[in-house]
Amino acid sequence: MIKKVINNPKDVVVETADGLILAYHGDVKKIENSNAIKRTEIRPGKVCLLVGGGSGHEPLFAGFVGENLADGAVSGNVFAAPAPDQILAATKALDQGKGVLYLYGNYAGDNMNFDIAAELAESEGIATKTVRIYDDVASAPLERITDRRGIAGDLFVIKIAGGAAAKLDSLEEVYRVAAKARDLTRSMGVALAPGSIPETGQPTFTIGEGEIEIGMGLHGEAGVSREKMMPADELVSRMTDLILKDLPFKSGDEVCLLINNLGATTMMELLIVNRKVRALLAEKQITVHDTLIGSYCTSQEMAGFSISLLKLDGELKQYYDLPAKSFAFTKG
Amino acid sequence: MTVEKLSLSEFKGAMLAIADGMIASKDLLTQADQAIGDGDHGIGMARGFEAVKAMLSEKNFAQIEEVFFSTGTSLLSSIGGASGAIFGSFFMGAAKGVKGCIELDAPGFKNALAAGLEMVKKRGGANIGDKTMVDALEPAVQAAMAYNGNSLGELSLQVYIAAEAGMQRTKTFTARIGKAKTLGERTLGFADPGSISITLIFKFFSDYLKQMA
Repeated sequence: MIKKVINNPKDVVVETADGLILAYHGDVKKIENSNAIKRTEIRPGKVCLLVGGGSGHEPLFAGFVGENLADGAVSGNVFAAPAPDQILAATKALDQGKGVLYLYGNYAGDNMNFDIAAELAESEGIATKTVRIYDDVASAPLERITDRRGIAGDLFVIKIAGGAAAKLDSLEEVYRVAAKARDLTRSMGVALAPGSIPETGQPTFTIGEGEIEIGMGLHGEAGVSREKMMPADELVSRMTDLILKDLPFKSGDEVCLLINNLGATTMMELLIVNRKVRALLAEKQITVHDTLIGSYCTSQEMAGFSISLLKLDGELKQYYDLPAKSFAFTKG
Repeated sequence: MTVEKLSLSEFKGAMLAIADGMIASKDLLTQADQAIGDGDHGIGMARGFEAVKAMLSEKNFAQIEEVFFSTGTSLLSSIGGASGAIFGSFFMGAAKGVKGCIELDAPGFKNALAAGLEMVKKRGGANIGDKTMVDALEPAVQAAMAYNGNSLGELSLQVYIAAEAGMQRTKTFTARIGKAKTLGERTLGFADPGSISITLIFKFFSDYLKQMA
């Protein structure tokens, strides 16, 4: 059994939500009949943004509910998509008559459960649209981009979509901007050691002492290669190279940079990573508009990190720069 | 002697036996999922069939389809994830195949299976060879269609045998769908956990009928 500070493993999801709601100091409240939260005050007539997915990745998703961010978040069990009735309850609690945009990572379970919820919402007269996030370049080749997984780049898409949902009047328009942010986001991760699921107490994968896996997914899904541990600069060069050539990012581009801790990696290491990423971007004459470094999208105590880049254009920059306030992401 | 058909209360008993069997299979399914997935399949299925058990003890049913449908919605809302959507869809779909029936006989079970498969394929988009539960379910449905007798007991055994063979074949496939798809060739040699679950469901149903006979 891997050590975790929990009570009954079956209660982790509910107890996490309880703690999170208290940490929001009244800015969010629980949605009845659902393991979901919503902003306490939602402007009537607003297009609403609902994010969600399996638990275990805290602070994603429920940590990003707030001003100019998501209006609500629905959480499933650890590493499992929320069920349709939970998503539907959240959808009904959010809708202000202008429809609800679903934003979540591209996984079979999330796709099916949100799709069922969307059908149920439609039958109750609530319009929804869906943007699935697939930023992980390691998970499928570019020709099959819609097979890719959603990882830490989720945060950029939530930030832009949240801004758009605060300013734009139609679900169609919010959808268009969110999809554009998704299309201009790329990420790549590396895992050094596994996380574990509270109910089993067992690691989600095994990896040798001196080994790392470049491109490994948030649930231990395989990446691009398993290698011997290497110096930070060499590792960051390999990862950044794969990200840059995928979009591709070009000289003169302006980007937002996210260096995300998967759970157990130290801030010291993340800063060393940042130093090298910035050097590589400077070499390519890519300018960095904003940098986020920390734990945004985790996989329990998995050791490792991911690098995400969002390419800005005038429209996206305007939404990115809006102030935001939430438990896990606040911007002045 | 084999069982020709099940009354409504007998069918409810069968569903309860399936639920008990699936709950008891938690560790086996967890280990199967740890090999090629994220290791939560056993937990999810056990949680789902605990919900089915609770639902069966609370509800009264007038028709076979209600047992199928309520089993499906219980799984859908309690498992979550891909497993909840797929196994929930299977039972909810199966309900459509036995509309108006107050007993479950061989033709009714065939219709339920076919309708369940149709719903699963519509929802998940998986085909034979993708290394999913469809690899066990589809041959099981085909075996059911090929059965010409009147015995629900014999039919359920054929269904289980075909599902088991389909499940074994998934060991030779690389995953093309779901979280395991990015493991590619590393999934070779391991059976798909969802295919094990549907095979077990058919096994527990067949065992129940065998023990009744």
